[in-house]
Amino acid sequence: MRSDLIKASEEYIYSRRDLSTMTEMIPENVRILDLGCGTGRLLKAMQVLKGARVMGVEMNESKVIECIGRGVPVIQKNLDDGLSDFKDNSFDFVILSQTFQTVKRPDVILDEMLRIGKRGIVSFINIGYWRARIQIAFGNMPVTRTLPMQWYDTTNIHLGTISDFRKLCRDRNIRIVTEIPLQERNRIPWRCRLWPNLFASTCVFIIEK
Amino acid sequence: MTTKSDSVGIVQPHDFILQEGIRLHSGQILAPVTLRYETYGTLSEKKDNAILIEHALSGDAHAAGYYAEGDGRPGWWDSMIGPGKPFDTNRYFIVCSNILGGCSGSTGPGSINPATGKPYNMSFPVITIEDMVDAQRKLKEHLGIQKWLSVAGGSMGGMQAIQWGIKYPEEMDSVIAIATTARISAQSIAFNWVGREAIMDDQDWNGGNYEDQPEHGLATARMLAHITYLSEESMRQKFGRRLQSSEDYSYAFKKDFSVESYLEHQGSRFVERFDANSYLYITRAIDYFDVAGRHDGELKKAFEHVKCPFMVVSFSSDWLFPPEQSKELVRALLDNDIDTTYCNIESSYGHDAFLLEEATLGRMLSGFLDNLYDRREDENAK
Repeated sequence: MRSDLIKASEEYIYSRRDLSTMTEMIPENVRILDLGCGTGRLLKAMQVLKGARVMGVEMNESKVIECIGRGVPVIQKNLDDGLSDFKDNSFDFVILSQTFQTVKRPDVILDEMLRIGKRGIVSFINIGYWRARIQIAFGNMPVTRTLPMQWYDTTNIHLGTISDFRKLCRDRNIRIVTEIPLQERNRIPWRCRLWPNLFASTCVFIIEK
Repeated sequence: MTTKSDSVGIVQPHDFILQEGIRLHSGQILAPVTLRYETYGTLSEKKDNAILIEHALSGDAHAAGYYAEGDGRPGWWDSMIGPGKPFDTNRYFIVCSNILGGCSGSTGPGSINPATGKPYNMSFPVITIEDMVDAQRKLKEHLGIQKWLSVAGGSMGGMQAIQWGIKYPEEMDSVIAIATTARISAQSIAFNWVGREAIMDDQDWNGGNYEDQPEHGLATARMLAHITYLSEESMRQKFGRRLQSSEDYSYAFKKDFSVESYLEHQGSRFVERFDANSYLYITRAIDYFDVAGRHDGELKKAFEHVKCPFMVVSFSSDWLFPPEQSKELVRALLDNDIDTTYCNIESSYGHDAFLLEEATLGRMLSGFLDNLYDRREDENAK
């Protein structure tokens, strides 16, 4: 049964470039908090593959139940209500995976992440991506593979570019330890590395204070 | 009905008698002590699959199954305990005992005082939740169980589960605390007080020395309490302003409305099975329960020695043990780096949701317990 778990975890992690990138950055036996953890698949994989001590925060009741079903400790909570329940430096890594743009105050969440954890891992959706820019240039809000929802019916309320994120970090005295720009279809061509703000659809940032 | 494949079937209670009794929190020795209990499932060879179920105020040891063929009503948590159910008797050994101070087989105010040959009545010592847990611990030793896989309960049962986790942190692998609190609010204390006054003001209570139950007082206490177990919404949906049997108001003081008739029925059913003096002692224990009490009110300190994972569950419309109190508990657990799982289940049933939201709560319990058990087995196999 354990080998099935390992296989399933590996399959999940390597199905998405941002997940595999994040996983490679995380050492063994650390404490990980995932904000907006969904059904807990990432945390389960961390538990199984890295021996991590994990915890998730998730707002949706049915997703919380799925987390529990995976054996992942999870606190049901709306991130917008704040994270004061968690004390300083209680985790090695705090993950915010494709959730940054859904919260009411992304700037506050960044500060909180780095209060609670030694390092933050943010998987960021870049609206500076050329496919998105072209759509705006032609007069419409972008609908892409990473931004599939319509402008009037989306949880993505705070979109920004990679350049915007870098500036936010500078303003908040947050150091970007590593920046890994990624492109759709899981390839990282040279364009993406050279000009991430234009050619990366998402970017994984490792941050610390 | 009793031969349903997912039922534990016919069960029988047992009595554990501790001749030397127990030393209470107050320092007094209460002896002998009897605990009535039931078990479901089979204890493993290693005696490591046992789960302790704690009952709430008006519960008892009969948590699942039937006493006889044709028995109309099963145990109070029959929907959760049985083969293939969340407390899966194919895997786990489930234990439930009637609390100290109770009136369903265990030693309580209605029990005979060996010194006098008469019921204790109000000479019974004031017992606490901690005393209830200490008595249960004796049963655990008697059953040869070193460590519970889990201690689980709702409402007052959740208080006992929390007390176990705090007082005997080495003796369980997890605690499940449902619709409960680390200390009740002034509002809840107030309701308990009014309930007790109703009993003590009943002439038939006679200072606690009665042959027959002071029915009016006990029924009134139960009716009041029952309202606190529901929610405004659930009462609106269930009763509204419907009249029970007539077309129009009676312009007298009879049971015009459906809700009045329902409450009266709840009250009269309760007095058939419960003891007024027990009600006084148990609600007092609920009032006094405050794990932060000996830590200047600091809940964080109370959980300092806790080791095992906790699952905490609250229900959105529970205004007797509101979600805020569960969240306070979760904060204290997180402050102590304890692996905590928390969910506030959306429900309109009020406090009673812990008995009614079977599907949602059941999935959480199964998920939590099965993973806990599997991980422990994996670790033991290494």
